[in-house]
Amino acid sequence: MKETQQPESWESAVGFDPHRVRQDFPILKETFRRGRQGERSVPLVYLDNAATTQKPRPVIQAVVDYYEHANANVHRAIHTLGDRATELYEASRRKLARFLGAASEREIVFTRGTTEAINLVAAAWGRTFLNPGDEILLTEMEHHSNLIPWQLLAREKQLTLRFIPFQADGTLALEHLDRYFTPRTRLVAVTHMSNVFGTINPIKAIVAAAHRFDVPVLVDGAQSAPHMPVNVQELDCDFFALSGHKMCGPTGIGVLYAREKWLEAMEPYHGGGEMIRSVWLDRATWNDIPYKFEAGTPNIAGAVGLGAAVEYLSAIGMENIARYERFLTRYALERLREIPGVRIFGEAPERGGVLSFYVGQIHPHDVAQFLDAEGIAIRAGHHCAQPIMRKLGVMATARASFYFYNTPEEVDRLIQSINKMKEFFGNGF
Amino acid sequence: MAFDDLYQEIILDHYRNPQNFGEVYHSCTVVEEDNPVCGDQIRLMIVVNADGLLQEIKFKGSGCAISMASASMMTEAVKGKPISTIQRICSDVIGAMRGEKDPQVLENYGDLVALKGVIQFPARVKCATLAWHALEDALKEEAKKFTR
Repeated sequence: MKETQQPESWESAVGFDPHRVRQDFPILKETFRRGRQGERSVPLVYLDNAATTQKPRPVIQAVVDYYEHANANVHRAIHTLGDRATELYEASRRKLARFLGAASEREIVFTRGTTEAINLVAAAWGRTFLNPGDEILLTEMEHHSNLIPWQLLAREKQLTLRFIPFQADGTLALEHLDRYFTPRTRLVAVTHMSNVFGTINPIKAIVAAAHRFDVPVLVDGAQSAPHMPVNVQELDCDFFALSGHKMCGPTGIGVLYAREKWLEAMEPYHGGGEMIRSVWLDRATWNDIPYKFEAGTPNIAGAVGLGAAVEYLSAIGMENIARYERFLTRYALERLREIPGVRIFGEAPERGGVLSFYVGQIHPHDVAQFLDAEGIAIRAGHHCAQPIMRKLGVMATARASFYFYNTPEEVDRLIQSINKMKEFFGNGF
Repeated sequence: MAFDDLYQEIILDHYRNPQNFGEVYHSCTVVEEDNPVCGDQIRLMIVVNADGLLQEIKFKGSGCAISMASASMMTEAVKGKPISTIQRICSDVIGAMRGEKDPQVLENYGDLVALKGVIQFPARVKCATLAWHALEDALKEEAKKFTR
């Protein structure tokens, strides 16, 4: 077995110590009993970060503090706790606006996550601006959450969906980008970073092209916002969606960033409390943005936790996180390629820490089960991207995905276990 | 939860050297079953003779070790048996997998006892039952032929 190849002083190049930040995550200390009598103890190696990330103490504490000292409903209560809850909730909105480089916190709508954010745009923006025969331009590498909402809308409104294809290396075919636009193109919806290939798409170029045709762009940032600096004004996108739980925040909270002009012009999404100004029995007028899109009591504790998460990430530095994950991914790719029979899906030069692979002929379920016995958590399946799997000619892949708290030593454990696995299964039939 | 209980030697043997893997080239009943969530696929071919015995059974497919081993063990357990017996085995295996029947029933069926380990891994139960659902469907197809 090869020694860890640590490149010259990567720790100093990175700007933080991943071994130190790990201490902030209580769950990373978990160990599991393994073997028939539970005679072996294996430490957790968590490599399923594209699915969800673990939570650091400051985030957990922010949620606990909220419930212990501030819990009340937001925006309406005339009492001290109501003020505290509202202040914490709105402070989180400001933190998210700053984190994403939005022009104003009025452009930040809290949602349940990326999925709801995209559904919100499909329903509210689509309802307002789309007509039969209009076209939406997507890509073949979208997560189901940036595909199905558009399919539903297309069925309802008789729209046409068009797709930018991906190529063998897991990058989009963008040489003749302008050709994908027609006079009926009304929206581009594209992922910033693929949850299967790890490919980072050139959003600025796509937005520039779309805007030449006067077409707005929605960016699915579920995989990008946790791992790299994002500035929505620099990207110049019209909509940007993210999920809190993929970036150290709680589950059930996410954000839709939308340009103010769109939020003002869009019809509401859900109807209910909070989103209204005046209500009669037969009609109502809408609240200001962003509240117009936040019907019902929101996930206040979630928003507070997400606010703490982006503060935590910013303190480490998104540039540092991106740089370290590039290093870790490169190292993992090198080591994986050394193993005969390992096939890697996605070879984009610009990529994040998501590695989809196949080990010989071993089914990804068996790969994941074997690794789990070693304490290593990866993903096996279609990764909510069945059209991608179909085009690749596989029904599933194994996927390891990193975050800034993963270490080169953990990559080594993954590699050792894959080698062991090959002996165990043979190569399958 | 023990990995070794799931991937027992019997399972691995069947996975590495599947029994009755291939095609039936003459007239037979064919069913295909898949599980898009995990990407397991199976194509099952059976021939029932005039005496109501399962004369031939073969399968093709791709999937994890559990699904392929389960299919292989299934073909061995049911080949040459009367349809009514096979129906009972199907119901026993699927019932045990789903926790609706005492896993002890698997002791009656030779190698199939190795499937007991799957029960502690709920995420893998559907891998183990894929072939058995295919067999149930194939038997229903057969029944239709006779009523026609």
